[in-house]
Amino acid sequence: MSLLTDLLNLDLSDCTGKIIAEYIWVGGTGMDMRSKARTLPGPVDDPSKLPKWNFDGSSTGQATGDDSEVILCPQAIFRDPFRKGKNILVMCDCYAPTGEPIPSNKRSSAANIFSHPDVKAEEPWYGIEQEYTLLQKDINWPLGWPLGGYPGAQGPYYCATGAEKSYGRDIVDAHYKACLYAGVNIGGINAEVMPGQWEFQVGPSVGISAGDELWVARYILERITEIAGVVVSFDPKPVPGEWNGAGAHTNYSTKSMRSEGGYEVIKKAIEKLEARHGEHIAAYGEGNERRLTGRNETADINTFVWGVANRGASVRVGRDTEKEGKGYFEDRRPGSNMDPYVVTSKIAETTILWEPNLSNGE
Amino acid sequence: MAQAVVPAMQCQMGALGKSAVRARPAAAGGRVWGVRRSGARGTSGFKVLALGTETTGVVPRLEQLLNMDTKPYSDKIIAEYIWVGGSGIDIRSKSRTISKPVADPSELPKWNYDGSSTGQAPGEDSEVILYPQAIFKDPFRGGNNILVVCDTYTPAGEPIPTNKRHRAAQIFSDPKVASQVPWYGIEQEYTLLQRDVNWPLGWPVGGYPGPQGPYYCAVGSDKSFGRDISDAHYKACIYAGIEISGTNGEVMPGQWEYQVGPSVGIDAGDHIWASRYILERITEQAGVVLTLDPKPIQGDWNGAGCHTNYSTKAMREDGGFEVIKKAILNLSLRHDLHISAYGEGNERRLTGLHETASISDFSWGVANRGCSIRVGRDTEANGKGYLEDRRPASNMDPYTVTALLAETTLLWEPTLEAEVLAAKKLALKV
Repeated sequence: MSLLTDLLNLDLSDCTGKIIAEYIWVGGTGMDMRSKARTLPGPVDDPSKLPKWNFDGSSTGQATGDDSEVILCPQAIFRDPFRKGKNILVMCDCYAPTGEPIPSNKRSSAANIFSHPDVKAEEPWYGIEQEYTLLQKDINWPLGWPLGGYPGAQGPYYCATGAEKSYGRDIVDAHYKACLYAGVNIGGINAEVMPGQWEFQVGPSVGISAGDELWVARYILERITEIAGVVVSFDPKPVPGEWNGAGAHTNYSTKSMRSEGGYEVIKKAIEKLEARHGEHIAAYGEGNERRLTGRNETADINTFVWGVANRGASVRVGRDTEKEGKGYFEDRRPGSNMDPYVVTSKIAETTILWEPNLSNGE
Repeated sequence: MAQAVVPAMQCQMGALGKSAVRARPAAAGGRVWGVRRSGARGTSGFKVLALGTETTGVVPRLEQLLNMDTKPYSDKIIAEYIWVGGSGIDIRSKSRTISKPVADPSELPKWNYDGSSTGQAPGEDSEVILYPQAIFKDPFRGGNNILVVCDTYTPAGEPIPTNKRHRAAQIFSDPKVASQVPWYGIEQEYTLLQRDVNWPLGWPVGGYPGPQGPYYCAVGSDKSFGRDISDAHYKACIYAGIEISGTNGEVMPGQWEYQVGPSVGIDAGDHIWASRYILERITEQAGVVLTLDPKPIQGDWNGAGCHTNYSTKAMREDGGFEVIKKAILNLSLRHDLHISAYGEGNERRLTGLHETASISDFSWGVANRGCSIRVGRDTEANGKGYLEDRRPASNMDPYTVTALLAETTLLWEPTLEAEVLAAKKLALKV
């Protein structure tokens, strides 16, 4: 076993200039992450200098067998915390050989929205709070929960310490440092209200990089749970009943919101989100209706309500923002399995590009 | 449950000097602990035991990530913000990235958390604000990463009801108190329990060990249970910059004690809470449950206390013994008030047996462990020194207890008649 570890940790910089690049993409379900590695002749720090690649889309539900090649376009580079040295992780998106984005590629249309001049001018910032649940392998029951039973009711677990209250901290802490090393803008972590559930925050990131960073952070997390022999679930309501669901609250601000008088801009933006509530909900993750019940710190899925410091609202505005008259707001609706490219670009589109059209009755 | 992080302020890394002489407390007012004058060291020296997993051969990789020194790759540090939750004894924490090391808690941003999840706020107005008050080095993450002891406020800036530090800080900044430089040495006792059964560590499940006698300060696998936790905690606290002065195995098997001090004023509370946090992080890793209950097992088994040693400038100078006796007199007249602030469930512990005084009676004596207040033989012989209040329970709030001792002995005055009566009762000539 020690020999395996020695090989895994070999520092190649003494014997070669070559590096290993792990190409990462989102698979056919929209939530499964895939990756494979290749050797490159030397270090690269610009994604445009990396070669495009391809993979067998018929094995990931993204192409048919008789026309199976899907093209990988490198979009963002991060340092590899598992291989270290000059080795890299590369976040990619997927295209047909003709150059069209395939249906599961949500990054492409998001990039279009973020390069719109009106959106670029507003410099949209995102802070995403990714919640997730750790499950025991093979039985898929939350980590730390007794088999065939339940732990004591929620209350003692939020931000707690202690062997009877906190399950899986090593995974969370390893993930924190790994993300810092990789160059992901990880802002913090905390234990969540349901035992075995955790959260990390990524941001503030500008525009399209929010999606890139969140996907890479999810990849690193799943690599770490793989090492630990534990399963990570992004299901928005892993255990039904009086157990909190898992969300991906998305904090958002634009240049105007961060400047003097921003609070008025925020209120207008919230009105637009309310007008498009149904459309946003449809894009905020599968199975969210099991989570957004109006209980356990959520707002009911069919209702749009906003408030200051109100955790039972669809959109929450912090007290700081209210007091200073500028800042940001938090969209609490997205489920933990949301696609960050979709959510971030949709919020930007609705609040910056979309205008309610009275003749359409919107 | 967290908020979007706004870019942290620019700050420089500073190194605060610390007195190397252990018998005196570190200079009051220093709120960044554990940083040496010679500057920060290169690598993190404290290794963390990774959780054992079923898949052998891959644990070392998780440990590598946990122990990674991020300093060569980033100036960023991780700050673990710690606060006391709604029950008054549950410790909560969460972490955030700070762009560079800081020299003082005032350079750290205020933060906030979901008070409705800790019994400290309602759901529709849930934000509770965290004010950083003291910084310690993080023994789990190493490098430049820090632990930050905080207290809690409403958005309007009022301390919330469970915030005991705020009032204590006011008392300690009163000139009459500050000029007396109150020193505290706190003896924190605690019991380790086996997980899932909540029966003390080392005890047979469904039964009892042999009676007390062999276990106090003992060695041997049949007498000492959990030493690794106590020893790991000792080094972790020294690393963190906590004024830990000693440890020992206690009379009840599975029970331990450590002492923090001497600390000046508000520092005592900060150091005790930080040391309790580190202890519970360690028991979490060890798969063992920590309890601060004052009487974990009924019957002929010692309880757990938090004896608080106390002295003022006047008590430490020549003639101090008379000052000590006057202080004891004041304490005797406020016995019930102190008892009500000295921890929940203390009546199960203060029975008059097992080295305690009965909860309803106030008594004092030299070298007498059955008293409410004990004065050491040294203090009597030298005519100056300190007193030991043996009443506080292991689950006491150190801010409350230390501030109340200062208030009763330095700020409060009994009526003349009450004083005379009490003096007679306690056989004190004051």
